Amino acid sequence: MAEYPDSYRYTKDHEWVSFEGDVGTVGITDHAQNELGDVVYLELPEVGAQIKEGQPFGTIESVKAVSDLVAPVSGEITEVHTGLIDAPELVNDDPHAGAWMVRVRLDDAAVAETLWGADEYRKFLEETAEGD
Amino acid sequence: MSANDQSGGGAARQGQLKREGLIFEHGAPGRVGYSLPKLDVPEIDPVESWGADQVRDDIAGFPEVSEVEVVRHFTRISQHNFGVDTGMFPLGSCTMKYNPRVNESVARLPGFAAAHPYMPYSMMQGSLELMERLEQALAGVTGMDRVTLQPAAGAQGELTGIMLIAAYHAHRGEQRTKVLIPDSAHGTNPATASFCGLEPVEIPSNSRGTIDIEALAAEADENTAALMLTNPNTIGLFEDQMDEIARIIHDVGGQIYCDGANLNAILGKTRPGDIGIDVFHINLHKTFTTPHGGGGPGGGPVAVREHLAPFLPWPTVERDDSGMLCLDWQRPQSIGKIHTFQGNFAILVRAYAYIRALGPEGLRQVAEDAVLNANYLRVKLEGHYHLPYQQISLHEVIFSDRKQKKNGVTAMDICKRLMDYGYHPPTVYFPLVVPGALMLEPTETVSREELDVFIDAMIAIAGEAETDPDVVKGAPHSTFLRRLDEVGAARRPVLRWDPQAADTDGD
Repeated sequence: MAEYPDSYRYTKDHEWVSFEGDVGTVGITDHAQNELGDVVYLELPEVGAQIKEGQPFGTIESVKAVSDLVAPVSGEITEVHTGLIDAPELVNDDPHAGAWMVRVRLDDAAVAETLWGADEYRKFLEETAEGD
Repeated sequence: MSANDQSGGGAARQGQLKREGLIFEHGAPGRVGYSLPKLDVPEIDPVESWGADQVRDDIAGFPEVSEVEVVRHFTRISQHNFGVDTGMFPLGSCTMKYNPRVNESVARLPGFAAAHPYMPYSMMQGSLELMERLEQALAGVTGMDRVTLQPAAGAQGELTGIMLIAAYHAHRGEQRTKVLIPDSAHGTNPATASFCGLEPVEIPSNSRGTIDIEALAAEADENTAALMLTNPNTIGLFEDQMDEIARIIHDVGGQIYCDGANLNAILGKTRPGDIGIDVFHINLHKTFTTPHGGGGPGGGPVAVREHLAPFLPWPTVERDDSGMLCLDWQRPQSIGKIHTFQGNFAILVRAYAYIRALGPEGLRQVAEDAVLNANYLRVKLEGHYHLPYQQISLHEVIFSDRKQKKNGVTAMDICKRLMDYGYHPPTVYFPLVVPGALMLEPTETVSREELDVFIDAMIAIAGEAETDPDVVKGAPHSTFLRRLDEVGAARRPVLRWDPQAADTDGD
């Protein structure tokens, strides 16, 4: 199983968040990029947009499918990784660092406590893994 | 071909089908495809006669080719194609069935082929009668009251359906914003809802692959404009709780739109109008054997129950007091036009020819044979491929690549290898609720013998995935072109032909 940084938080929709003060950085997990296959296109929100936990904030398109990016936290977008639009392969190559997608000024920094740690996320992946 | 022969008859075929290039890459400057006699009148200079602003400059870079080059070019391109006339095309959810030739003969009858939409009604009674009869036939098949024949394809039919529902709610002074859509739906469903300014809300499937009734009930409220469902659904399963689904939606004042992509499975068996559906779209190019694919003209009629009829696109075909057929534009509540004139009229002719050729019993047998064929595949391939839903399926059956993935072989690889065996691949990675989905829809127009050969091919590929996975992962081996760079094409599409790049390309 891939490395899931212990300092990150995770969701059942396979997004990760790294927290720094009242700002969260959001991306998708290695598991997510692996399931999606080669990513070919991304649609990300604009700086200043409000995103809401559990609601779509963008879309990601792979050779297999178009999927929603589901916001793991609520807040205002302060930065967007526009470079990903021209280099979507980064999502496959470096999902946990280089392919961060947006930075969010959190409505409530305590949200970190409600998300999964790396251990819980790994456990979730094991439980939902396809058996025979 | 044998399983070990990777190239099959491919070498000889490749020799015939050399890289064709674009028409722009053929010919030579000054070459033309016509010859005219010498002028026997004085030549005039158009610029001198009409002025330079009236004369168009030559357009540089157009192909300059002879007649034989044009004919050979397009004939060769057509030989690269694989279609329902070439072989089995089990593309799930698309109902790629054979299109009977009689449809073509009927569509070419001069009374239809030479008709003009601006002819007076007295001269187009035959065409109008065909539209009247097709509407009645489709209303009969679907159990609905009225049908518009205008929409050009399924997605436009969906759009029409949701526009009708929006118009209905607006007429009643209600502003409803939500459209409930199961997670197994075609991607066009949420796209349609969004396009109409409504909010798509996803409803999960249960472990049986049908709609989760509790989740549906929890989400349905006075803000619900519609439920968009597909029945049979995209897993090839019949939504067997339609009574309850219809009650939940109608109790909150919502409407039920049903995507007709899978009508083939229930022809003559169940009618959408009898199971609570308010709007239903029909793909003539799937169910009723009009040509399908290639972006050509399709047909997406929309059938509605009486309470939605006033909102149908105008004009409708009606009879006046004398019994003469005419087009009725006096429909003040209509959503307006969806397509120019009467939609793709020649497609309507083909669909009507098919319906009349088969009749009610024939249409019922279509559904029976389509379902039988899909279940034959299910039973024969279960054990070789993972079957996520165990129930008896309807017209299509879904496997996944779970067994093969252990050896690194994906659904995409299996599809590419199937091309080596002479088949069009099935639909893959859809529906999204099944990871690594392989969605097979054989249709009724394939014989038992052909199915058996196809099954042998699928079993051989499952075997190769165990014993020689690289053969599958490197497929196709025998096709005119090897595996295409789909990722590169999606990430960095080349949309314009560049003569310089073509020269240096060398291939």
